[in-house]
Amino acid sequence: MSNSTYLCLRAVFLVCFIHPLIQGLSADANVVQSPRHRLEPNLTGLPIVTFEWHHVQTPYLVIIWVFVAALAKLSVIELNHHVTSVIPESGMLIIVGFILGGMVWGADKAQTFKLLPATFFFYLLPQIILDASYFMPNKLFFSNLGAILIYAIFGTCWNAAAVGLSLWGCYEAGVMGNLDIGLLQFLLFGSLIAAVDPVAVIAVFEEVHVNEVLFILVFGESLLNDGVTVVLYNVFDAFVALGGPRIDATEIFKGIFSFVVVAFGGSFLGVAFAILLSLLTRCTKHIQIIEAGFVFVVGYLAYLTADMLSLSAILSITFCGVCCQKYVNANMDEKSVTTVRHAMKVLANGSETMIFLFLGITAVDTEIWVWNTGFILLTLLFMIVYRIIGVFLFTWLLNKFRLVPIEVIDQVVMSYGGLRGAVAYGLAAMLDKDKIPEKNLMISTTLIVVYFTVIIQGITMKPLVQWLKVKRAAHSDLKLVEKLNNRAFDHILAAVEDICGRIGDNWWTRGWNRFEEKYICRILMKPKARKNKDYLFNVFHKLNLEDAMNYVSEGERQGSLAFIRSDEAANIDFKKQYGSEFADVMPDIMVDMSNYEFGIENVSVTSIVKDTIPSISRNIHGQDRKNAVDDINAHHVLQQHLYRSRKHHRHKYSRSHFGINQSEDEVQEIFQRTMRSRLESFKSAKTGVNPAKKITKHHKKELTHQIPNGHPEGKDHLYGDEVDSAVGSETGAVNSTFMRDTYTSGAGIENPAFMPDMDSPIHSPPWLMETEMDMAVAPSQRAQRRLPWTPNRLRRLAPMRISTCSTDSFLMADVSLTLEEHEEQPQGDNEDIRPVFE
Amino acid sequence: CVCVTVSHSQITRLYSRFHSLDKGENGALSREDFQRIPELAINPLGDRIINAFFPEGEDQVNFRGFMRTLAHFRPVEDNEKNKVLTPGEPLNSRTNKLLFAFRLYDLDRDDKISRDELLQVLRMMVGVNISDEQLGSIADRTIQEADTNGDMCISFNEFTKVLEKVDVEQKMSIRFLH
Repeated sequence: MSNSTYLCLRAVFLVCFIHPLIQGLSADANVVQSPRHRLEPNLTGLPIVTFEWHHVQTPYLVIIWVFVAALAKLSVIELNHHVTSVIPESGMLIIVGFILGGMVWGADKAQTFKLLPATFFFYLLPQIILDASYFMPNKLFFSNLGAILIYAIFGTCWNAAAVGLSLWGCYEAGVMGNLDIGLLQFLLFGSLIAAVDPVAVIAVFEEVHVNEVLFILVFGESLLNDGVTVVLYNVFDAFVALGGPRIDATEIFKGIFSFVVVAFGGSFLGVAFAILLSLLTRCTKHIQIIEAGFVFVVGYLAYLTADMLSLSAILSITFCGVCCQKYVNANMDEKSVTTVRHAMKVLANGSETMIFLFLGITAVDTEIWVWNTGFILLTLLFMIVYRIIGVFLFTWLLNKFRLVPIEVIDQVVMSYGGLRGAVAYGLAAMLDKDKIPEKNLMISTTLIVVYFTVIIQGITMKPLVQWLKVKRAAHSDLKLVEKLNNRAFDHILAAVEDICGRIGDNWWTRGWNRFEEKYICRILMKPKARKNKDYLFNVFHKLNLEDAMNYVSEGERQGSLAFIRSDEAANIDFKKQYGSEFADVMPDIMVDMSNYEFGIENVSVTSIVKDTIPSISRNIHGQDRKNAVDDINAHHVLQQHLYRSRKHHRHKYSRSHFGINQSEDEVQEIFQRTMRSRLESFKSAKTGVNPAKKITKHHKKELTHQIPNGHPEGKDHLYGDEVDSAVGSETGAVNSTFMRDTYTSGAGIENPAFMPDMDSPIHSPPWLMETEMDMAVAPSQRAQRRLPWTPNRLRRLAPMRISTCSTDSFLMADVSLTLEEHEEQPQGDNEDIRPVFE
Repeated sequence: CVCVTVSHSQITRLYSRFHSLDKGENGALSREDFQRIPELAINPLGDRIINAFFPEGEDQVNFRGFMRTLAHFRPVEDNEKNKVLTPGEPLNSRTNKLLFAFRLYDLDRDDKISRDELLQVLRMMVGVNISDEQLGSIADRTIQEADTNGDMCISFNEFTKVLEKVDVEQKMSIRFLH
């Protein structure tokens, strides 16, 4: 039973070691020595070794406590599995805290080590919040932001008001006996006890794994409600200081106004620091070793600055983390990204451990305990009841507007997940004893509430979730087929939205993405990162990494020499498939990791994969290896080349900007292809002519050996290249300028350029008339061969912009084409024609 | 015919949209009317979706058919979610949404997505830089992930099964069709 012996050893260690320290400390608690003055004034001889406790007192104590906390966490984790699966870690830590507190109390008869609010708010809380926000799944967060805000703002106000007023009502009814307390103080107490605590939520929910939406709602609420809590607390604190009679409408109005200032001010400050951080990381190309430090420093700065300006510090550091993730991860070297990731986790974990430990220790103190049964029990009761009412009320309201409604089961878990934690205790401990005589009562109640929620609700959360059959987080990896279908769904949805002509949810997302790509990424991201991030998708990376890891472990199992054994020719030449592009692509693969599927630990294996790739490039043997490499290959290729749906597209609407962009080429490709196919089907439908087959074969033969079997160089690909070279400098305009013209927001896609009377006698597809295609320059030889129009037709098109006004030359060109069309195909088989061009 | 309840204001809006798309003013939309929407031209699946509006062999779709297809994209109501597959299942149920997507792939309507059909879809959704062999291996792997009975085709049941973790209700719903 190594676990229990380990525990015993630890306990012994603590007792023996801490005890004398504490005694020594308390004895000399009031003695402050200057560190310089080591030696006693009256020396008799040369001391060889001296015991310099005072010399190192403060830092030593700090480090010892950190050490003890780490040991506590270790022992909690190492405990018998049955115990840990029932009681959450945080609960266990509180219990260990009780034990330690008891020891300190026993040695000292006074609680010398308390969780001071200053320590908590300045040194323990920021890193947890920074960690939470830095790894926040942004897409999920922002798509549910409306719901989160409703819960955070109105839910917290409701809780605070309801609890405070109910307690006051009960006090007036005489249930609580005699207390020196007034309405304002009840409201103050209500406001500090109302807030859901992010630390506790993380601690309990991370072991339960509920589905993402539910988690993000509870967690987001716990983060954002700090804005409200801070305001309410300060407002009521000030009111209590002012005294009842001086509160009039102005003051109340000021209180409401201060909410706006505090909340939005804190958020904007956070965003400002995020921008600062992104700019800093953009400039650190040559000094990458300290990049990681910037994240922590600037994050902490954001927190402290907001606190200094009496804005909401938690909101500030939250938005700093949330907004800077993407850019910082793109800008920094992948080693720095890994460093930040791991360091943040270490700090956050450490802080959380210490917080819960000290919450336990602080309890063992007779000075603070005031027991008032009525007060405490009523607080607990009202807290639970009003939380349930609040959640159900607001969810009912929200479900009227949500696309996917929140289910009843999730609501139950949400109301049960309203955990209070150390923030409430910190706020209670900061109360001014003179103005609030019943401070100790409030502290006691707060502690009881915290213990109740963390321990009891923590214990029962998992069974509850299982009993209610709450939808759990999906753990599976996305397979290729899912990935393909997800992309297909995006396209389908975009198409249907366009058909309906309405601005859907997608419009705002797309609009924001456009804006972001155009301006923000240009400022905040390194140019190299900006280029590469087009290629990379999170799922690809994950699948790729996993396959690579499997591959490596498989290879190692068979012995490392398996790579070099040359029995047969290589099945896949890894290097050939990827070429140099892979090397470019690889370093940046790490960048998008933080946008991962929520909750999954990201393994940093970049260096491993990078080293592995060259060594397996030569000889790859065995069926399993072929599959693994195939998988990697398939994923990489697919992920890289799948057209992005409009959600991801970055359309450039500027006529003057001709920069070539991968997505522009894609848009162009799809457009060309669609037009071609429509033209053919249209032609065949209208003219009924069976065009000669020879053109088809001709194209096919020529084109197959034109296509590089494998890979483009860098970013150009053949198609885009030709068109660009053919069309010269006005290519950029091809992409989506036509969209710009025809896209009028709000009223659907009403095309002003279309003239209804054009479609009758002429054999030309009506849609082509409205589009502006700049084919202003005679194409190169290759273009002539590849594009569906013959050289004749293309030349005719050359000088003219296709618009509704001058369709004549185009139409005439069209007519002459009848003989050269591709074979007739029924409408539905447009896709068969496509291979001709590849 | 399965009844799908759409609110009155939505019907009015969609009718005016239908009307604005209908250039020939004959109360029905042809394929050209759809193709006039510019964004569809740059959507890889645009043409197939247009086809989905037209019933077998027909070239015109009236307003009823228009609404019927759009009804697939209504958000799923709470109380409809757990219905068993009955003849009266509403068009916007998860199964029917998946069926809509399935039919986009399965052109010959044999209730199976063959390797060739999958290749066609992949080719449409992927750039020109991928060679046919690469595409073929991707298609093979995709089929392998989904195929449980080994016939190298994806039937609708296999399709549904392999996508059971995907949140189809959210991905194939448009809010304003509520």
